[in-house]
Amino acid sequence: MDRQVAFRVFRFDPQSDSEPRFDTFTVEAREGMNVLEGLFYILENLDGSLAFRFSCRGAVCGSCAMFINGAYRLACKTMLRDLKEVTISPLGHLPVIKDLVVDMRPFYRKYESILPYLLPASEPPLKEYPQSPKQRHAINEMIDCILCGCCHAACPIVWTNKDYLGPAALTKAYRFVADSRDGAENERLALVSGPDGIWRCHTIFNCHEVCPKYINPTYSIQQLKRMAISRRLHFWRKNK
Amino acid sequence: MFYHSVLVIGGGLAGLRATLEARRFGDVAVLSLVPPFRSHSGAAQGGINAALGNHPEGKDDSWERHAFDTVKGSDYLADQDAVEIMCREAPERVFEMEHWGTPFSRTAEGKIAQRPFGGGGFPRTCYAADETGHVLLHTLYEQAIKARLTVYEERQVLSLVIEDGACRGVIALNIVTGEVEAFAAESVIMATGGYGRLYSRTTNSLINSGLGMALAYWAGAPLKDMEFVQFHPTTLYGTNILITEGARGEGAYLLNNRGERFMKDYAPEAMELAPRDIVARAMETEIEQGRGLYDAYLLLDMRHLGKERILERLPTIRDIAINFAGVDPVSEPIPIQPGQHYSMGGIDCDARGQTPLPGLYAAGECACVSVHGANRLGGNSLLETLAFGQRAGEAAGRYAQDRGKRNPGDTPLAHGVALKAAEEKLDGLIKWEGRENPHGLRQELTELMMDKVGIFRNKEDLSQALAQVGALKVRFQQTSIRYKGKTYNLDLARTLELEGMLDLAEAIVAGALKREESRGSHFRRDFPQRDDARFLHHTLARYTPQGLALGEKDVTITRWPPEARRY
Ligand SMILES: Cc1cc2nc3c(=O)[nH]c(=O)nc-3n(C[C@H](O)[C@H](O)[C@H](O)COP(=O)(O)OP(=O)(O)OC[C@H]3O[C@@H](n4cnc5c(N)ncnc54)[C@H](O)[C@@H]3O)c2cc1C
Repeated sequence: MDRQVAFRVFRFDPQSDSEPRFDTFTVEAREGMNVLEGLFYILENLDGSLAFRFSCRGAVCGSCAMFINGAYRLACKTMLRDLKEVTISPLGHLPVIKDLVVDMRPFYRKYESILPYLLPASEPPLKEYPQSPKQRHAINEMIDCILCGCCHAACPIVWTNKDYLGPAALTKAYRFVADSRDGAENERLALVSGPDGIWRCHTIFNCHEVCPKYINPTYSIQQLKRMAISRRLHFWRKNK
Repeated sequence: MFYHSVLVIGGGLAGLRATLEARRFGDVAVLSLVPPFRSHSGAAQGGINAALGNHPEGKDDSWERHAFDTVKGSDYLADQDAVEIMCREAPERVFEMEHWGTPFSRTAEGKIAQRPFGGGGFPRTCYAADETGHVLLHTLYEQAIKARLTVYEERQVLSLVIEDGACRGVIALNIVTGEVEAFAAESVIMATGGYGRLYSRTTNSLINSGLGMALAYWAGAPLKDMEFVQFHPTTLYGTNILITEGARGEGAYLLNNRGERFMKDYAPEAMELAPRDIVARAMETEIEQGRGLYDAYLLLDMRHLGKERILERLPTIRDIAINFAGVDPVSEPIPIQPGQHYSMGGIDCDARGQTPLPGLYAAGECACVSVHGANRLGGNSLLETLAFGQRAGEAAGRYAQDRGKRNPGDTPLAHGVALKAAEEKLDGLIKWEGRENPHGLRQELTELMMDKVGIFRNKEDLSQALAQVGALKVRFQQTSIRYKGKTYNLDLARTLELEGMLDLAEAIVAGALKREESRGSHFRRDFPQRDDARFLHHTLARYTPQGLALGEKDVTITRWPPEARRY
């Protein structure tokens, strides 16, 4: 049975507004409806000017990350169930383009900066690089990242230092360091242990809490720290 | 104006693979509605086919067996020369992705893991758990970053620019700024994916409107075999999110309301792993005859696989079922129903991606080579994106290289005219105060397609559908865009999509009406048999000033003459 849910939605149109505001819409909620469908209901029936991003609607493309009822989530994955009111604002700490659409470029640039591609240790064999199930298991979690940006927006270090590489980029870096086929550990560790890298992380775990793919970026960052430290110790011993 | 030797429209697997190839011959850029890694390809779950023989039961597999299974699965409508190319090149394409970093699941010996898929004689579907598309797409995007590819994101291509009878660029809407932009090139590759959103129940992404196919059609490239629409047997009841065939590959059962594995009555040998067209019809029949639940869905039962195997091989499926349907497949069967899944038809092209329109190439789901004929086998579509993405990239790249560069400073006349026409069209649309809500029309269209142009078809339904699509096209002239601003105008972008959807719908219905036989996914209750004497040919749909014109094209048969298709 349909019931009504109040959607309070952050609005800002740079063409016409000097200040953002919240608009409230009444959405006729069907059974099994999610927040993204609610936004479509508004766009199609109530306000054709609403802007938001979307693609797969199945929690795999990462387009629809937003701040929903106090937490960063994917709109498609957030079911209305028994909610009576939904308050939505855009992904935090990024410039707003319009309504719920933000400029993701600062986030993407961080990701691109960590050499996010395999740099194999050896020339490719005729067939596949051998990798045991156990070695493959070591990257199981990190490869699930969909670059939605929830972790980045939820990280208090990002709030205070906008150059901090952040949980997503660092998780990606560890995804390659931990891949048995990769041979660029030195470059990767050097890249992430700079002033805006791993040492900034205060193990607050917000990133882990919000990740819609259940990834634990803090773990990846801790692993990178451990490797960076043992490398320094090794270097120090060698040169003593 | 922007200029690149080659423009690739679409940043999914086909588009990115084509771009990585074309750049060997010159300067290439990608235009895409969404950042490439948010393309629909990322939603693919089950895997990609290649006869690697890594599975103990796949030792005797070969590319010839793969090709035969594909041809048989296609109900003999695939072009066998193209199928041979795809299956022969499959291992190379898969190993290449592995070398670029794709984290495939592994066998105990450390090789790429493979699982059985419907219609395949051997376990030949290479997978990464149930997120194969996601890892493939991210791998290609990683290579794109490494190669510093130019990507124009959040661009909706609105038309192709034709200069002296050849495609030499595109006009695109910058969704963020609302400006219309002209892009010139020597060749253009369409890689815009499928049209799943033409159907109210579909597994496809919300952005899969098929607009790219319509652009090629309007520009003069014919569409081929549009009447062949694949319905996937197992989509989650409610949202129609896909539950991969890999679940049945791992051993899950399909059950009706009596708890019976009803596939025994339809495909006693292959059971749950019969090809999709056969399983989807079986399910629709079970529901029609009252053996569904609430006359709406059936059950996919994987409880006997055990929690460990489900968590290891199908973790995403489990999360989807829990999150979107409130059902944990470890302890309960999943409610599923068939839904639109894949477009076998598309832009007519050959095995190098070349369309009949000079300068225009196509690859991936928007293209029709044809390797899937009347029914695609699971796992062959990801393969198609890579195999023919690579080939189209090479062909379009060489073609552009041969033509050389034009002076980048000039705005060619044709591009200036096309740009102005597009600007005027958008202006007109925005100013027009009609009485139709475009979203309402879209909903009517998608429900009509599901209802009358679905799994089972007949003359009466199809004739009605054709008339109703015509009526919707007339009403489309009265649509009003409510938001007049420029920035991120979704109301406008979605209305532009609808225009393409209406013409694609017409091509699908017209082809289905003309094809008085049943073949693969196209099932006519009034003509339940395959009729090779009359219909062993492709359907072509051409856009003409007088409207849609249907034609035919021969099917290439190399080594497998048509025989009856049993499983
Ligand atoms: C849920 C699901 C699961 C699947 N699982 C499998 C599987 O396991 N194995 C298999 O083989 N196949 C599978 N398939 C099929 C397969 O995923 C697709 O056929 C394939 O990924 C299509 O790739 P593509 O590159 O052709 O298009 P897409 O990935 O759809 O990319 C299209 C691109 O075009 C762009 N675009 C579209 N229109 C425009 C425009 N007007 N202007 C600019 N850009 C535009 C989009 O932004 C996008 O980047 C699955 C399909 C679905 C729906």
